[in-house]
Amino acid sequence: MNDKITNWTSADDAMVENAIRRGATRRDLLQMLLAGGIAAAAGGAIFGRASAAFAATPVSGGSLKAAGWSSSTADTLDPAKASLSTDYVRCCAFYNRLSFLDKNGVTQMELAESIESADAKVWTVKLRKGVTFHSGKTLSSADVVYSLKRHLDPAVGSKVNAIAKQMTGFKAVDPLTVEITLVNPNADLPTILAIHHFMIIADGTTDFSKANGTGAFVCETFQPGVRSVAVKNKNYWKQGGPHLDSFEFFGIEDDSARVNALMSGDIQLAASINPRSMRLLDGQTGVTLSKTTSGNYTDLNMRLDMNPGSNKDFVTGVKYLLNREAIQKSALRGLAEIGNDQPVPPSSIYHNADLKPKAFDPEKAKFHFQKSGLFGQSIPVVASDAATSSIDMAMVLQQAGADIGMKFDVQRVPSDGYWSNYWLKAPMHFGNINPRPTPDILFSLLYSSDAPWNESQYKSAKFDSMLIEARGSLDQAKRKAIYGEMQVMIAEDAGTAIPAYISNVDAISSKLHGLEANPLGGMMGYAFAEYVWLDA
Amino acid sequence: MNRHVLYLVFGRVLVALVTLLIVSFTVFAATSMLPGDVAQILLGQAATPEAVAGLRAAMHLNDPAILRFVRWLAGLATGDLGISYANNMPIADLIGSRLGNSLKLAAATTLFSVPIALTLGITAAMLRGSLYDRIVTIISIGVISVPEFMVATSAVLIFAVYLKWLPALAFANEIHSFGQMLRVFAMPVITLSFVISAQMIRMTRAAVIETLNTPYVEMALLKGASRRRMVLKHALPNALGPIVNAVALSLSYLLGGVIIVETIFNYPGIAKLMVDAVATRDLPLIQTCAMIFCVVYLLLITIADIIAIMSNPRLR
Repeated sequence: MNDKITNWTSADDAMVENAIRRGATRRDLLQMLLAGGIAAAAGGAIFGRASAAFAATPVSGGSLKAAGWSSSTADTLDPAKASLSTDYVRCCAFYNRLSFLDKNGVTQMELAESIESADAKVWTVKLRKGVTFHSGKTLSSADVVYSLKRHLDPAVGSKVNAIAKQMTGFKAVDPLTVEITLVNPNADLPTILAIHHFMIIADGTTDFSKANGTGAFVCETFQPGVRSVAVKNKNYWKQGGPHLDSFEFFGIEDDSARVNALMSGDIQLAASINPRSMRLLDGQTGVTLSKTTSGNYTDLNMRLDMNPGSNKDFVTGVKYLLNREAIQKSALRGLAEIGNDQPVPPSSIYHNADLKPKAFDPEKAKFHFQKSGLFGQSIPVVASDAATSSIDMAMVLQQAGADIGMKFDVQRVPSDGYWSNYWLKAPMHFGNINPRPTPDILFSLLYSSDAPWNESQYKSAKFDSMLIEARGSLDQAKRKAIYGEMQVMIAEDAGTAIPAYISNVDAISSKLHGLEANPLGGMMGYAFAEYVWLDA
Repeated sequence: MNRHVLYLVFGRVLVALVTLLIVSFTVFAATSMLPGDVAQILLGQAATPEAVAGLRAAMHLNDPAILRFVRWLAGLATGDLGISYANNMPIADLIGSRLGNSLKLAAATTLFSVPIALTLGITAAMLRGSLYDRIVTIISIGVISVPEFMVATSAVLIFAVYLKWLPALAFANEIHSFGQMLRVFAMPVITLSFVISAQMIRMTRAAVIETLNTPYVEMALLKGASRRRMVLKHALPNALGPIVNAVALSLSYLLGGVIIVETIFNYPGIAKLMVDAVATRDLPLIQTCAMIFCVVYLLLITIADIIAIMSNPRLR
């Protein structure tokens, strides 16, 4: 008789700790533990650790070395152009936003004292007093107007140009008040301003070889594609300021090199660990894992305006044929939450939990395929490494299809150029969508009739009018109800199958504390540098 | 003799310049054929048609390709390498420190591997057929066959992760003393030496054996010359041509071909810079990197040729 637990990993620890924080009862936990074949005794140790993490008090000082997973010569300190995780981390360290999302997905004020509106169309932003840039200049309304307005200039090449376009009027009312006028009412503006690209820079800035922001760290060195060194901002406006004295950040693209660097102690944080490396890290003392499930997902898109997606039965058949559990367990190695074919993730306050994911049902799928008249034909599916795990997902689908006599021809294409050549274009292909803070952004980007990335060419007049109605409403309960219904419409009618929301796992040294999950993404929504501390 | 060599060098440089021009044009044409341009890549998923069109106009990407090529070439002629599309920094600044890093790593590897490889190659040829020769042959063939990512990753796992003797990453900026340099360079240099030495050992051994089989070496032996004198004085000078060529070819790999070592040790060198440049379709940067690789290659080959000629009395 062997009492030792052999298949318990930190991923399971994280799951249980998470449940404890969410307020799971003792009975819930016991069920969870028993489901994993774990004796009740193991529970005690995890309880102890979850509360220890809360009791710890920050220590000041020390210098942190952290590595992201991507870095290139296109690295930039211009928040408008930020595209890689490395850029987001640096922008969060050097700049501040008007608002940000906390770990519960609720909008909090940062540089703004308040962002208010009576009609959701004209918004008044009141700024904090006494905030200074690294250059010594005091933050004023002119800086905010400049920072926001530049996203409209095509020469800037802003990544959020499409979102910023709805802001048409910018007025500096007085040095600490800005008035923003929108084309149409949008109740989400305070959350939209929490997007990383809307960091506030000093009026007139055009040179981004160094960062001049109001953030917790001052930029000492920045070499694109190599590294950045940040030192503590002594005049930081937030009480307490950052705990670290300095913070070096760079990208290590090779997954095993990143893990090795963490295990050898060269770095204290390795972002976004491949699920394959997790078992290796689990055996190591001195390394802990931090899991975040935000809204990142890989979806299978069937264009409704092309064969075979134009056949509704075919689309429904594919949704039944996707073995979501196999995708979650094997393709994503358990580091995912099962998705219900719509883009609003469980971490969002607007997620419709009543909408159940379609169960894996080959018989039903076969019925629909036969009804569609496409049964027995070979259907091409384009997959690529560019869309995370899409090749594995395609294999899961292909296998399930083979079992019922439906043939899927998986065409594997290179990552390079995938987004411009195949995505949105091929009749049946995979996409990968990064988390967005609000359902409104997701829907208007991906599902409204005029959406630029309407992956399945879903068009519905009812959906469009509901989108506008929810956007202009300041009534929270009403919006939740509308968004809930829209999620059902997408799950049923759109040609996008979303099997799972993919988790991000960061590996950190056990000397590093204070890192919490955040709905905006891994590494605490990229803003960890300001909040973490190192053991002396 | 001097005039002959000067004439030769001049001819070589001229050919090299023409080669460079052809290479730059080829690289430019090939890059233009890649799907997507820098505006699309920079905007990534956010590349709506209007955003791409706006950025293209702002970056002058709508000009005819040949005009951009001529503009870049004219800039190069005046010593201006241009501005990177991806981040608006002067190319010279981007390349400067990274070229230095690459050269440092290449120099350290050369100093370490060339003497070892030549010694092993020559001694193996002298003791041809012996146990020593067989061991050297087996090891060098074995080392050729193991891919460098395997060598590098295993070295990191053993020396950095388990033994914790050496850092897993090569931080070029942390070198302030000779000791630190040894620590930082140890693993990258050994990995690269594995890759390039094997070929040099094999080529050296083959070239020396070939000359040892010639009648004049046999004559030297019959005259009563010592074995050492026979090899070093009679055989080696005649084997030098193929040897330096093998060395030059191996060394040319050290600048552009070390992408795997740069990636695994996160060493900011020029090979990774070029890969980045291709990924972002940053044409001026691709061009400049290609030029540098080409110049170094031509330089090494030309030096090897000149040494070969100088060492051969018949060609002198």
